[in-house]
Amino acid sequence: MIHDFTYFRPGTAKEALSLLAEHKDDCKVICGGQSLLIVMRQGLVATDNLIDIKRLEELNYIKFDSTEGLRIGATTTHRTIEKSPLVKEKYGVLVSMENRLASIQVRNWGTIGGNLAHGDAAGDPAPVLMALNASVKVGSAQKERVIPIDDFYVDLFETALEQDEIVLEVQVPVPAPKTATCYSKFNLLSSDQGIISVGASVTLDGNACKAVRIALGNAAATVMRAKKAEEILIGKTLSDALLEEAGQAAHDECEPVADIHASEEYRRHLVKVFTKRMVKQAWEQASKA
Amino acid sequence: MEKHLIHITVNGHEYELYINPKTLLIEAIRDYIGLTGSKRGCETVSCGACTVIIEGMAVKGCSVLAMQADGLNVTTVEGLEQNGKLSAIQKAFLDEGAFQCGFCTSGMLMSAKAFLDENPNPTTHEIRDGIEGNICRCTGYNSIVRAMSSVAQGKYREE
Repeated sequence: MIHDFTYFRPGTAKEALSLLAEHKDDCKVICGGQSLLIVMRQGLVATDNLIDIKRLEELNYIKFDSTEGLRIGATTTHRTIEKSPLVKEKYGVLVSMENRLASIQVRNWGTIGGNLAHGDAAGDPAPVLMALNASVKVGSAQKERVIPIDDFYVDLFETALEQDEIVLEVQVPVPAPKTATCYSKFNLLSSDQGIISVGASVTLDGNACKAVRIALGNAAATVMRAKKAEEILIGKTLSDALLEEAGQAAHDECEPVADIHASEEYRRHLVKVFTKRMVKQAWEQASKA
Repeated sequence: MEKHLIHITVNGHEYELYINPKTLLIEAIRDYIGLTGSKRGCETVSCGACTVIIEGMAVKGCSVLAMQADGLNVTTVEGLEQNGKLSAIQKAFLDEGAFQCGFCTSGMLMSAKAFLDENPNPTTHEIRDGIEGNICRCTGYNSIVRAMSSVAQGKYREE
């Protein structure tokens, strides 16, 4: 049973933020609601006030420019990103991630901003965006600020958003030359969340790894970087032994929680396998870039 | 809690509802409007039995507030039949026996319709992807895929 709430449907982002400032002590913001309504129905979230930003068209956009990179507004649906020729051309990994995010129905109604703000470590977009070195623009009635996605996730279902802030935009920089990013998750049904997921972005200088970002999904309380694995790869050339070493580092540094889907040990094993696989794939694609 | 007045057009008829804002779209359709074809299944956005079409998009009625459909056009399984004639996808489901217990059928039909409207010439693989959000617990997927393929191949096209 959903707790009774007062419902607001502001017409502009400015209006939404001033409503939020007024009610922030007991308020939730809903966009597509594909995650929020489940936890509200389960009684895990009970709020007296609900601000619905689903129809804020001013936050529904996808833009690209060759210096600023990609900008996706918070109320843009997963399906819009999935179908965007622009995203496909410039950031193909986002399209392949969206293709496997839940089901068509969820992608039709769910939004990128809502997904990120929900803070689920098993969500698909965050590890890809972390590998892509993205940032999240958030705003309150007072000010706007840009948070690197590395710092956006604080703890289990907890983000760096203040009570009076909402996600406004996702910002993805232009990748360096000779860079490729890959993402995959392990699941039993294609519409399931990943038991674990790995996003890896590799930048090459000649044959050597110049820069790398590895992001692990559902392998800890939050989406996390596998920084020890990254350190192992920097400056090296690709070999099976190197991949094994990096995979083992990711296996050791992640902090997965056991649940009905997999034990901690199995998750660590999967993190190792998928780290090796995604780094290799990104490396090979980068070498052809 | 303050009730709200909303207008939803379902299968071409406009309904005026005075509802608690926590009312889910599936509740509005079934309990307020009285169209019980769409089913309440898992209620965790997993099974797809509650799938309806909003403005051409398949969505799960259990995970949309009725407030969010205010002013929008919704199609349910009851809206597939036109002037007493079954739609192509309904005929195909009948011909292929694309159901056993039938609980998933109304949602499956809506996903199938939205998918085929958007992608009239799909491969079998695309069809399977197209119904990824709908679970048939009797596992009758092959007949459902056959039904969708036969519509795509034009078997039910009107002369």
